[in-house]
Amino acid sequence: MNDMQFTDRAVDQKETKIAAHGVNVHYGEAHAIKDVNVEIEDKTVTAFIGPSGCGKSTFLRCLNRMNDTIDICNVTGNILLDGEDIYDKRVDPVQLRAKVGMVFQKPNPFPKTIYDNVAYGPRIHGLAKNKADMDEIVEKALRRGAIWDEVKDRLDKPGTGLSGGQQQRLCIARAVATEPEVLLMDEPCSALDPIATAQVEELIDELRTQYSVVIVTHSMQQAARVSQKTAFFHLGTLVEFGHTGQIFTNPEDPRTESYITGRIG
Amino acid sequence: MPTLWLVVSLLVLSAAGFVFGRQRAMSSAEGNAKELHSLPSYYGHNVAFTTLLPALGALAIWLLVQPMFIESRISQLIPEELAPDRQTLGLVMSDVGRVAEGLDVAIAKGALSADEAKSLRTELTDVRARLGEVGVALGADVRPEVLEAAQQYRVMSKTGNVLMAVFVAVLALGGFSWSYMQTHKDFRARNVVEKGILSLLILAASLAILTTIGIVLSMFFETINFFKLHNAADFFFGRTWAPNFRGDSELSILPLLWGTLYVSVIALLVAVPVGLFAAVYLSEYANNTVRAFAKPLLEILAGIPTIVYGLFALLTVGPLLVGTFGKGGFLGVEWMAGATSVLTAGVVMGIMLIPFVSSLSDDIINAVPQAMRDGSLGLGATRSETIRQVVLPAALPGIVGAILLAASRAIGETMIVVMGAGAIAKFSGNPLDSMTTITTRIVSQLTGDTDFASPETLVAFALGLSLFVLTLGLNVLALYIVRKYREQYE
Repeated sequence: MNDMQFTDRAVDQKETKIAAHGVNVHYGEAHAIKDVNVEIEDKTVTAFIGPSGCGKSTFLRCLNRMNDTIDICNVTGNILLDGEDIYDKRVDPVQLRAKVGMVFQKPNPFPKTIYDNVAYGPRIHGLAKNKADMDEIVEKALRRGAIWDEVKDRLDKPGTGLSGGQQQRLCIARAVATEPEVLLMDEPCSALDPIATAQVEELIDELRTQYSVVIVTHSMQQAARVSQKTAFFHLGTLVEFGHTGQIFTNPEDPRTESYITGRIG
Repeated sequence: MPTLWLVVSLLVLSAAGFVFGRQRAMSSAEGNAKELHSLPSYYGHNVAFTTLLPALGALAIWLLVQPMFIESRISQLIPEELAPDRQTLGLVMSDVGRVAEGLDVAIAKGALSADEAKSLRTELTDVRARLGEVGVALGADVRPEVLEAAQQYRVMSKTGNVLMAVFVAVLALGGFSWSYMQTHKDFRARNVVEKGILSLLILAASLAILTTIGIVLSMFFETINFFKLHNAADFFFGRTWAPNFRGDSELSILPLLWGTLYVSVIALLVAVPVGLFAAVYLSEYANNTVRAFAKPLLEILAGIPTIVYGLFALLTVGPLLVGTFGKGGFLGVEWMAGATSVLTAGVVMGIMLIPFVSSLSDDIINAVPQAMRDGSLGLGATRSETIRQVVLPAALPGIVGAILLAASRAIGETMIVVMGAGAIAKFSGNPLDSMTTITTRIVSQLTGDTDFASPETLVAFALGLSLFVLTLGLNVLALYIVRKYREQYE
């Protein structure tokens, strides 16, 4: 009965893309996420901040069931995507991950050509009818990844030959190519230099027009720059969640204030 | 025996060197170890090593060189008519050795005095009978020249041994006193010991390399001897393998090479898919419990001696294949005559290679970064799509290297083909035919009792060298590919 109410509310608000209720994650004995409730809105950038080991990446990986690949990881509670429980037995995690794309901390282009890197997802999901169709999808994704101009003449060169920042934008383009609804980013700029970081941040801001973006970051300036909503995690619990401006200027919880002023971390 | 005593006294001297060196270092620092450049034990080790190692090295070289030197001097004493060519000379020299040894035994047993042994004359004594009394059997009566050479041989080895003992003792004592004198609190013993250890390691590495070179060279010279007796064109391009013990054989490598490659290809057709799939399962799907259990089990296969695989081929797989394809068999066809066939050997060799392929591929697949898998899974690919399209392409160079290494094992494998493949050298495309390989022919050519200098025996070396070149080429290629791949991720 309770679940029904949550579902109803998610539908009513329409803005909510992902709603998590009472999520707990255990790695074997360790209790990594403790009873987290959060609602992520559509066409918004939501930042997860918090000290190392606070569980923000773990929670992010719950949102597209990437934790399923880890044997000892156990997730309870429910996470609704557009009102449907993604941990329901009927949901195929593989289908889910096509809808909820992910960009990782370290740029991880496949050892294939730039073209094949981007075409990988669309090929798997059969999104292109023919070669011309695929060319179009690849070009569109690379344009959205803000990297088209840099690679359009070298699409048949390996993706591993690009610079770090270009690789990360290629990975974003690769994630975008499968037409996801939500894009999860796990510290996407931590391996990049300031210029590449600025490019990726700009890109994230553009992506907001079409997707719901969730970004985990260690940099509070970055969270303040790119996000509209911010969630602060500490020791596995969600301490505070609200509008970014409010979290950074007028936090309710003393722990949030201590973190953003640099006293805990 | 004196050599053993020499070594023991060297060890004692070196142990004493350790104690004295340490003591001298301590007393030069007036008992305060902090004054010393190095820890006290380094001074001890320095003296001990400087005493022991040069002396031991000189001893080893002397023991190798002395018999060669004496042999060459003695062989000059043998008159021309007794040993017209090199082979008879070898026989006479081994006679000399035996007589000299017999005289030693006789003296040791008290049947002869040392002076008597020196002054023995064939004209006066029946040497064969005298030595026979003490249990040294000689094939023929001893010729005066041989006896004289044997006596000379004894004299020379005796002087040689004395000289050796003196030389080694001087070297050891010299090393001892030199390093003992050097020992002082400012002496950098630690650095010297470091250099000593480095040279020991270099010595070990160069011994291994020199042995390989020695093996290749020994095969190379025998191969040259073979090609002096046999036409090289027939060996490399002929079509028949028909050794004939009356001489005039046709010895061509091609039919053997065909058999070798055929068996190896079948072995790889068995080993590569099974090994690769096993590796993919173990590294990508199996959970820790299964892996901890299955991997060692799979690797047990690698520990089975190949002769046991040979028995398996001969007693189980062969009859099974005959029961299927042979006369009165399960399929009702009559394609297979005997249990030995290319297929029998190939299948069993393939089983032998499974752990080889799987454990190498497993390592290589595990070396593919997890980020690659995450990236693919995060895009909504299934596990098998990820493996087929991302993991295996990334691991492919390494896997090709593993397969080439397996191929070179298959080509060099002997026992399984000796027992399972048969002995008939021919070109045939039928895998149920019995065929033979290079390694089997080497075994049979060398274990017969033909004259060693005949081309029928020497061909074994030419075959061995060809095999070596073939597997070396494959290994080099495999290592090159594997190394190139490793640079990509580390």
